[in-house]
Amino acid sequence: MLSIRHLSKTFNAGTVNEKQALRDLSLEVPDGDFITIIGSNGAGKSTLFNAICGTFYADAGEIVLAGADITYLPEYKRYHEIGHIFQDPMKGTAPHMTIEENLSIAYFRAGRAGTLRRVSRADKALFREQLALLDMGLEDRMKSPVGLLSGGQRQALTLLMATMVTPKLLLLDEHTAALDPATADKVLSLTMDIVSARRLTCLMVTHNMHQALSLGNRTIMMDGGKIVLDVRDETRAGMTVQDLLDQFAAGTGSALDADRILLSKKPQ
Amino acid sequence: MGQIISLGVLQSAVELGLVYALVALALFLSYSMLNVCDLSTDGCFTLGCAVGAIVALAGHPFLAIPAAMGAGVLSGFVTAQLQTRFGVESLLAGIIVNTGLYTINILVMGKVTLNLNSTTTLFTMAKVAFGGGYYKLLLALLFVVAVVAVLLWFLGTRLGLSIRATGDNASMVRASSINPAVTVTVGLCVSGALTALAGCLIGEYNKTCDINMGTGMVTIALASLIIGETIFGRKSIGWRAVGVVLGSVLYRIVVAIALRLNMPASALKLVSAVIVAVAIALPTIRAKAAFYRKKRAALAARKERKAC
Repeated sequence: MLSIRHLSKTFNAGTVNEKQALRDLSLEVPDGDFITIIGSNGAGKSTLFNAICGTFYADAGEIVLAGADITYLPEYKRYHEIGHIFQDPMKGTAPHMTIEENLSIAYFRAGRAGTLRRVSRADKALFREQLALLDMGLEDRMKSPVGLLSGGQRQALTLLMATMVTPKLLLLDEHTAALDPATADKVLSLTMDIVSARRLTCLMVTHNMHQALSLGNRTIMMDGGKIVLDVRDETRAGMTVQDLLDQFAAGTGSALDADRILLSKKPQ
Repeated sequence: MGQIISLGVLQSAVELGLVYALVALALFLSYSMLNVCDLSTDGCFTLGCAVGAIVALAGHPFLAIPAAMGAGVLSGFVTAQLQTRFGVESLLAGIIVNTGLYTINILVMGKVTLNLNSTTTLFTMAKVAFGGGYYKLLLALLFVVAVVAVLLWFLGTRLGLSIRATGDNASMVRASSINPAVTVTVGLCVSGALTALAGCLIGEYNKTCDINMGTGMVTIALASLIIGETIFGRKSIGWRAVGVVLGSVLYRIVVAIALRLNMPASALKLVSAVIVAVAIALPTIRAKAAFYRKKRAALAARKERKAC
C-alpha cells in the first residue's frame, strides 16, 4: 500500500526557470494495484517516480509505503522495498561485472545478508533457475560481463534484478521504450508474467495509449504536476483511446500534445 | 639477459616490484574499481613508512605492520569523508589530505629522515628465520600472496561486490539499496591500508625513511597498474589482480635495465609520467586517428565525384 498525500515539488524556485513539477498531488495505491500512467512531456510522471524513490525530497506532503513514512528516508534505504526499472537499459546493470555478480548484488539487496556474505552454490542454482525463465539463454552465460549483452537482454536482466527480492512496489518508467518492437513485446510479457505471479503492486509510465488501457487494472493521467484523470476496473474496461483523449481534453481544457502518444500503435 | 642485467640486480628488482605491487593493488581498488583518483597516495605511502619505522624503532617489529596499516586506514577515511559527506571534489580531497600529511609525517618522524640500520625489522627477522640469499624475496612474496588472496576473497563478498559496482554504474548501485558513501569510504580505507603497508615495508627494506620518499608514487603505481592491465588483459578479476602484480614487477625490471644502461635515476619519474599519460590517452588518440582517416577518405571520394 502506497499513500501519497498532498505532495508538492518546485524546481529552481525563485529563478526564471522555476518549474512546479508536482502540485498538491495525492494518490492511494492499494496492494496489488497495477496502475498505468500517461501524460504529455513534462506532466510530472518521472518526477513522481523520483519523488517516491527519494532522488530528491519533496517540498511538502508525505509519502507512506506499507505503513512506514518514507518522506525523508534517504534514497538508498527506500530501495530496500522498491524495484525501479529505467527507460535506459544501461542504467540498471553494471557492465563490467558478470551476470552472476549483478544478480548477487540484487539478491543481497533486501539487507538481511551479512556484509561479508558470498554467494553460495545454492544461490547460484537459484540464479540459473531464474535466468532460465527469461528464455534468452542467459543461464549459460553467467560468467559473461553484462556489457556484452544486448539492450533487451540487459533490460530483462534488470527486471529480474528488480524483482529478485519481491519489492513492495515496482516502478516501471517506460522500460520498453528504448527497445526494438519485438524485444519490447518480449520484455513486456516477461514483466506481466512476473507481476501477476507475485501479485506485485506496480506503477508503469507508458506513452502507448492502447497499452495504458489494456495493461493493469487502473489508469491515471497526469498534466501540469497533477492527476487529471483516474479510472479503474469496470469504468476503464469500456473505454477506448478516443474516450481517454476526450476525457483528457475535458479535464485540462486542452488537447493532448505528445506526438509519441498519438502515433503509438496498437499492440498485436 | 646476463650481459645487461645480473641475477642480483634482477632479484632486487623483483623484490621491489613485489612490495610496490601493494600500492598498485591499492590503486586497482580505488582507481579501477571505485573509479576514484585518490591523490593522497604519495603522502599515505610516506605515512606508512613513518609510523612503521617509529614503532619498529621503539622495539616492536611486528606491531609496526598493523600500526602502519591503521594509519593508512585513517588517511583513507579522511579522504573519503571529505568527498562523500562534505562535497569536496574527489581529486581535491586527495590533494588536500596529501598536503596535510606532509606535516603529519614530519610530526610522526620528529625529523625528515629516520635511520633503521641497526633496528630489528621484519626483514632482519626473515634473514634469521629463512636464511640464505632469498629471504627478502620470500617475505615480499608472502605479503603479496596474502594481500591478493584476501583482496580477491573480499571483492567476492556482498560489500566487495558493492564496491565494484559503485565505480561501474552509480544509478544501479543506488537502485540496489547500496549507500555509495559507505562503499567509497570502505574502499578508500582498504586502499589506504595497502599503500601504507607498502610504505612500511619499503622503509624496512631500504632501512631508511625519508619525508620525500612518496613523491610521485601515485604515477609510478598507475604505470604499473596500466602495464599490468594492458599486457595481462582484462579477463576475470583474479587474473587482473595477478596482472597488476606482474605489471609492477615488470616495471621495476625495466627500471633496473634502464639504470644499467646509464639512464640517470632522476629521469625515472619523467619516464613513468610519459608511460601513464600515453597509456591513458591512447584510446582517445586512436579514436581521433580513425575519425581523421574516415574524414580524409570521404573528402577524397567527394572530390572524385565532382571531377567526373
